[in-house]
Amino acid sequence: MYTISNRLKMGSIILMVVGLLGIGYGFLAAPSTVAEAKEIVAGHDDGHGGGHGEEASPAVSSEHGEDHDAAHDEHVLHQLQNKPWAALYVGAFFFFMIALGALAFYAIQRAAQAGWSPLLFRVMEGITSYIVPGGIIVFAILVLSVMHMNHLFVWMDADVVAHDALLQGKSGYLNPTFFLIRAAIFLAGWIGYREYSRKLSLAQDEANDDSNFKMNFKISAAFLVFYLISESVMSWDWIMSVDPHWFSTLFGWYVFASMFVSGITVIAMVTIYLKSKGYLEQVNDSHIHDLAKFMFGISIFWTYLWFSQFMLIWYANIPEEVTYYVTRIEDYNLPFFAMVAMNFLFPVLLLMNSDYKRINWFVIMAGLVILAGHYMDVFNMIMPSTVGDQWYIGIPEIGAVLFFAGLFIFWVFRALASAPLQPTRNPFIEESKHFHY
Amino acid sequence: MASHYEAPIRKPLVTGDKSYHDVTVDIAAPVEGRADKQWWIVFSIALAAFLWGVGCIIYTISTGIGTWGLNKTVNWAWDITNFVWWVGIGHAGTLISAVLLLFRQKWRMAINRSAEAMTIFSVIQAGLFPIIHMGRPWLAYWVLPIPNQFGSLWVNFNSPLLWDVFAISTYLSVSLVFWWTGLLPDFAMLRDRAILPFQKKIYGLLSFGWSGRAKDWQRFEEVSLVLAGLATPLVLSVHTIVSFDFATSVIPGWHTTIFPPYFVAGAVFSGFAMVNTLLIIMRKVCHLEDYITVQHIELMNIVIMLTGSIVGCAYITELFMAWYSGVEYEQYAFLNRATGPYWWAYWSMMICNVFSPQFMWFKKLRTSIMFSFFISIVVNIGMWFERFVIIVTSLHRDYLPSSWTMFSPTFVDIGIFIGTIGFFFVLFLLYARTFPVIAQAEVKSILKSSGERYKKLREAGQPLYQIDKSAKVEVKEGATAITEETKDPEMEVKNDASDLLATIGTFDASKETADDLKLVKGIGPKMEMTLNQIGIFTFAQVSKMTSKEYDLLDGLTGAFPGRAQRDDWASQAQKLNNK
Repeated sequence: MYTISNRLKMGSIILMVVGLLGIGYGFLAAPSTVAEAKEIVAGHDDGHGGGHGEEASPAVSSEHGEDHDAAHDEHVLHQLQNKPWAALYVGAFFFFMIALGALAFYAIQRAAQAGWSPLLFRVMEGITSYIVPGGIIVFAILVLSVMHMNHLFVWMDADVVAHDALLQGKSGYLNPTFFLIRAAIFLAGWIGYREYSRKLSLAQDEANDDSNFKMNFKISAAFLVFYLISESVMSWDWIMSVDPHWFSTLFGWYVFASMFVSGITVIAMVTIYLKSKGYLEQVNDSHIHDLAKFMFGISIFWTYLWFSQFMLIWYANIPEEVTYYVTRIEDYNLPFFAMVAMNFLFPVLLLMNSDYKRINWFVIMAGLVILAGHYMDVFNMIMPSTVGDQWYIGIPEIGAVLFFAGLFIFWVFRALASAPLQPTRNPFIEESKHFHY
Repeated sequence: MASHYEAPIRKPLVTGDKSYHDVTVDIAAPVEGRADKQWWIVFSIALAAFLWGVGCIIYTISTGIGTWGLNKTVNWAWDITNFVWWVGIGHAGTLISAVLLLFRQKWRMAINRSAEAMTIFSVIQAGLFPIIHMGRPWLAYWVLPIPNQFGSLWVNFNSPLLWDVFAISTYLSVSLVFWWTGLLPDFAMLRDRAILPFQKKIYGLLSFGWSGRAKDWQRFEEVSLVLAGLATPLVLSVHTIVSFDFATSVIPGWHTTIFPPYFVAGAVFSGFAMVNTLLIIMRKVCHLEDYITVQHIELMNIVIMLTGSIVGCAYITELFMAWYSGVEYEQYAFLNRATGPYWWAYWSMMICNVFSPQFMWFKKLRTSIMFSFFISIVVNIGMWFERFVIIVTSLHRDYLPSSWTMFSPTFVDIGIFIGTIGFFFVLFLLYARTFPVIAQAEVKSILKSSGERYKKLREAGQPLYQIDKSAKVEVKEGATAITEETKDPEMEVKNDASDLLATIGTFDASKETADDLKLVKGIGPKMEMTLNQIGIFTFAQVSKMTSKEYDLLDGLTGAFPGRAQRDDWASQAQKLNNK
């Protein structure tokens, strides 16, 4: 039986407290008037010796004159007011997405009757336990958005919709009630599967036959169908709709690749941590090797989808689509391309060599790069439509990451400590113990 | 590879009581035997279709592309549909051999050889269409970026059609190398068994002098893994780039970002359907039911169900996004697909590709051979319609309503398509008679962990090294028989020739004629004389010999003990007898 060490517990609590302070600072520092917003923008630009803000505004204002200047200032105010919310949302979604990605991996292992991975099932179950608090927090942010506490989703603003024919056309789908109903159904499905599968997994160890195992196989296969659809729709709702004019059919699968590789990476990292503490004795180098291969392979898969989406939109150059990438390349140049390097070049170069996939600290280092890269991916998905060019990675953003990291660690390791780390009566457990690549 | 341990709940992948030698004999049988009447009938039909296609191709090239049903609005239809359809089918082979190899799926070993063959043959069919469509196929080399005498005339690197040239030719070459690498030990097996010098020579050449040394195997495994690593991105790239042919354009219904992965999923879907179609027939005709088991078909059905669902998800995503985008052109394109003049093609596609694979959720249906065969045909048809729907419905409603039109294929269009189907089957049928259709070397590598015989021995707590034929009989009688069986070898030696003849039958010189036993490999003039002295004169008698008789024979002759069994006289004689 694993017990969470005091150091880890304290560490996670400290992360949460520091994170909360950062988040709180973000909300307090957000401007409440146009004048304050102007001040912040001016200070920001001075500090950076004439950044993006300066370049963009004169070009626009010269065309539209005084009226527009005022509208622009108002706009900047909204962006800056959105900033702490967006930072919170990116952090909350990112850690939730890790758990959801791990859940997909777990369900695939179950449905595919994989023989190598049962030793890691408890680790995966521990990580997926986070979808309960993580999902509730994301849902709470969505509810607050619907209640107009923030402007992350502009289509929730009745005024905006009244002046926008496109959004009126979408209102049958993009309306607050239906939006929350969908979110609730999806969360209920994911949490329901996770809890039931975990129950069966624990019951299998106590049982005398394989009925729990078989049941788990069946519900996992069924869950994957639900997941295929719900994950796509979730990504349209929770991410794509922050920019409600833009659309891409690939978007759901692209987000899936991101969460899948993040989930697998965290499975590998938690496994290595537990092994380093002397638990999971039966997990050998080959298991780590396989997880690292998945990190490598799915990173390439993510890049494939990233490239497919980017290349097709860039090549066709249709204005309503290409604006998505124009914004990112103009205003988010560094995070946008750095994210591709972190999610593609680093994993490819670091994990190409088969020996390196077995060196634990190496896998951890590669994993940190991958996680940072996918945080940036979510950042690039949410920020441009919510805060525009007013982004930076400062105290609110880091605070949100620290808070959710702390919560994630606290919750996941608490779950890991609640049951034996090694399943005993899984019919494939011997295969997993003998697993040798 | 992974350890030899396998959980007891896993079902055997090689059924029946198969020893290593049985695997060799069973897989060599279709190559070493003679073609039967059925094969000739099917081959003749395929050849006739192929020749009909050749005629249509010659007519097209000599007269012009005007012989096709294309028109100014629908300037791409039948040819490109067939092209994409065939390329798609060509996806399963490399997926099975490369991706499933990386995922350590042992079940792929029974089907990878034929799937790869199918891949290569279907990519050949696919390649024909763009070449014919060029109008002057003798200038096909112009698609290659080679230095030329035409000054600034150069291929268009911006065009996805050119990327296709690279993607498909790379895919074809790597698939061919992959296929052939796997074939080396199996060709060597045929070479070593060959009786006629000509066959020995040919298979010797094909096997590249495979010697079976440890070094050969080590290199073989290494190169397989490297090729699998290379081939995996290739599987994705080929259909991705085919999808770019459409998705890079700005035509409603074509320009959509989900195309790359959705085309790949669709290709795997259609490829597995075609593998199922071919293998369900082949396992029956070539008596390979013990290797391509119902479980294999079930697993392929699950892949079909999975990829069909992914494709279905993509269809619905496309449909939803067309509405969600608010772009009228997109909305019209999809409305027109579902309710326009080609509604029948759209709904055929939906029913065949999305609805029909869902039957595979039921264990009864996915383990039914007949039903699997039926669904595999349905999916093949559905995937043809998918390409037709995407291509024709998007083109036939031009931006100018005055240019709106329909497409109808001419007899030449249909003839060429039928011709490629004929060509495909000609190649596949020739392959089935001359190549080892199952990767026997690989099957042998899993025989101990996944073969029914060894699973039973393991369950009974018996050692696995009892490989003589007598073990075969015992296993069938049940586990208890194995433990009780005690053999006294001296008893058997004492048996005389009459005992031997009692089981294999006596020779009646008045009714039968003696065969030339020297035709059996391993029987020389001296051995023939000895056999004649015992009373063995015909192939029929030899063919009835089992290990018991071999032992008796060894006891009687005293020469070359074990020789008869090693050369498998019985099955050789069986074949000679049937001639």
